[in-house]
Amino acid sequence: MSPEVQLPVPTGPLVRLRHVQYSYDIDPVLVDIDLNIEGGAFMGLVGPSGSGKTSLLRVLLGVLHPTSGTIERRPGLRFAYVPQVETINWNFPVTVREAVLMARPQRRWRPGATTEESRAVGEALGRLGIDDLADRHIRQLSGGQQQRVFLARALLAEPDLLLLDEPTSGVDVRTRHEVLHLLAELHASGLAIVLTTHDLNGIAAHLPTVVCLNREILGMGAPRDVLRPDVLEQTYGAPMDVLEHAGLPLVVDRRGAPIESIGARGRLRSA
Amino acid sequence: MLHWLAEPFQFAFLRHALVVCTVAGALCGVLGVYVTLRGMSYIGHGLSHAIFGGAAICAALSVNFFVGAGLWGLGSGLAVGAVSRRRIIGADAAIGVVTTASFAFGIALLGLYTRVKQSIDATIFGSVLGVTNGDMWLVIGVTIVTGLVIALRYRVLLFTTFDPDVAEVSGVRTARVEGLLMILLSAAILASMKVLGVTLIAAALVIPPTIARMLTNSFARMLWLSGVIGALCGLVGMYASYHLDISSGATIVLVSFAAFLVVFLATKGAGLKKTAGLHAH
Repeated sequence: MSPEVQLPVPTGPLVRLRHVQYSYDIDPVLVDIDLNIEGGAFMGLVGPSGSGKTSLLRVLLGVLHPTSGTIERRPGLRFAYVPQVETINWNFPVTVREAVLMARPQRRWRPGATTEESRAVGEALGRLGIDDLADRHIRQLSGGQQQRVFLARALLAEPDLLLLDEPTSGVDVRTRHEVLHLLAELHASGLAIVLTTHDLNGIAAHLPTVVCLNREILGMGAPRDVLRPDVLEQTYGAPMDVLEHAGLPLVVDRRGAPIESIGARGRLRSA
Repeated sequence: MLHWLAEPFQFAFLRHALVVCTVAGALCGVLGVYVTLRGMSYIGHGLSHAIFGGAAICAALSVNFFVGAGLWGLGSGLAVGAVSRRRIIGADAAIGVVTTASFAFGIALLGLYTRVKQSIDATIFGSVLGVTNGDMWLVIGVTIVTGLVIALRYRVLLFTTFDPDVAEVSGVRTARVEGLLMILLSAAILASMKVLGVTLIAAALVIPPTIARMLTNSFARMLWLSGVIGALCGLVGMYASYHLDISSGATIVLVSFAAFLVVFLATKGAGLKKTAGLHAH
């Protein structure tokens, strides 16, 4: 036996959900959810509006507590949350620097940034390429830059797991590409990422793992295994076809037009 | 000119009133930033009416004004905060019913029990008469405590005001932060009610932050600018009140409004666009 003491390396999933059920009132919005979020996860939750995507995200965050079932988090797990840009009050008087710093717990009586904090804020902004915009008002930014501000705020918490609610909702195509690339970079640097999305072709098809959700998990795995007509019809209640384009699945409606987004009750918007 | 400036200092109560107006202006200006950004102006208005009822009951029962009205204000502040947090349709109406009833109750009680009926006018519109040493120290004390609390809890107050959902998710106890804000607001209203008057406190909570917002995009700057503007409006308004013999609350509001117009014209209306995120209701 070696006299050296093995340091306990955290193993197993970051978060493990077992038979999780959640109901706001009588009808459950989540039923029998079994889900492991592993260390290197890059996972997209898809499903129609009201399918429980946001509720599941809130269960993962610990804001909602399962009505039944269990949720286990790796001890000391740090996570950070990026809200939908549409929920942000862009008229609020905060500069980029202020918006990023506000999430950092205040350890002194003076509210200003410590030297260490200024460095951390500069680093987070630099990592996302917006360090030259620190003193701008949050309104005076492009869509992609606005998304980066809230990513920077999340990164300041040095999370192991990043949760994003509809990171590309309400942004243009260019911004969508920008955000996707950015997330891929963060994932490559070791961050586990879970996001919800309406965008099957623009986002979900590009992720390593997709989870189809409609109250229960109807499919989970690589996009080419999950984005299949039968699973999609079960999830959205609408018939869809799946083609292949540049090695990725491309979800189209019955006329063959690519699906842009899926709104309330599975209403499709095609290109 | 010098005489004009020095004249009010001959009387102790006017010296006190001058200090109270200036400090209360700063206090309401600073708290008003949170009030307007959170869309709680109506709550400020309602609270001042509710507290007036509590004050009148204390007068009728010969209980110490500040103890009774303070408890009353605190209670109504927390109750109103709890109701507004639930965001039920009609919560505003509930606040309206409770606070106006409390106000009416206060008017009735004051009418029945006080010897000097003019004091009702003074309470509603504010008066510089009879401001005591105690009144002055109360408003100074509340302002110091408020300043300290805002400095100590600056980030959670900002986070909760800007983005309550994410703050909650990030481990901020937003309900507590909101309760804290309600307590500060109740204390500020209580301390400045005498000179600003019940009905005009709302203006001291709304106009300086609006002016400050037109001048800056930074939260930290808005906070101190609003305090400075509130203090200046209180000071100038108090002088005007004394020399023109108009109620102090009214002159402070009119001075604030004049300042608003000046900034509005100076920013050529561009500043007004920035105030889109402020809510009077």
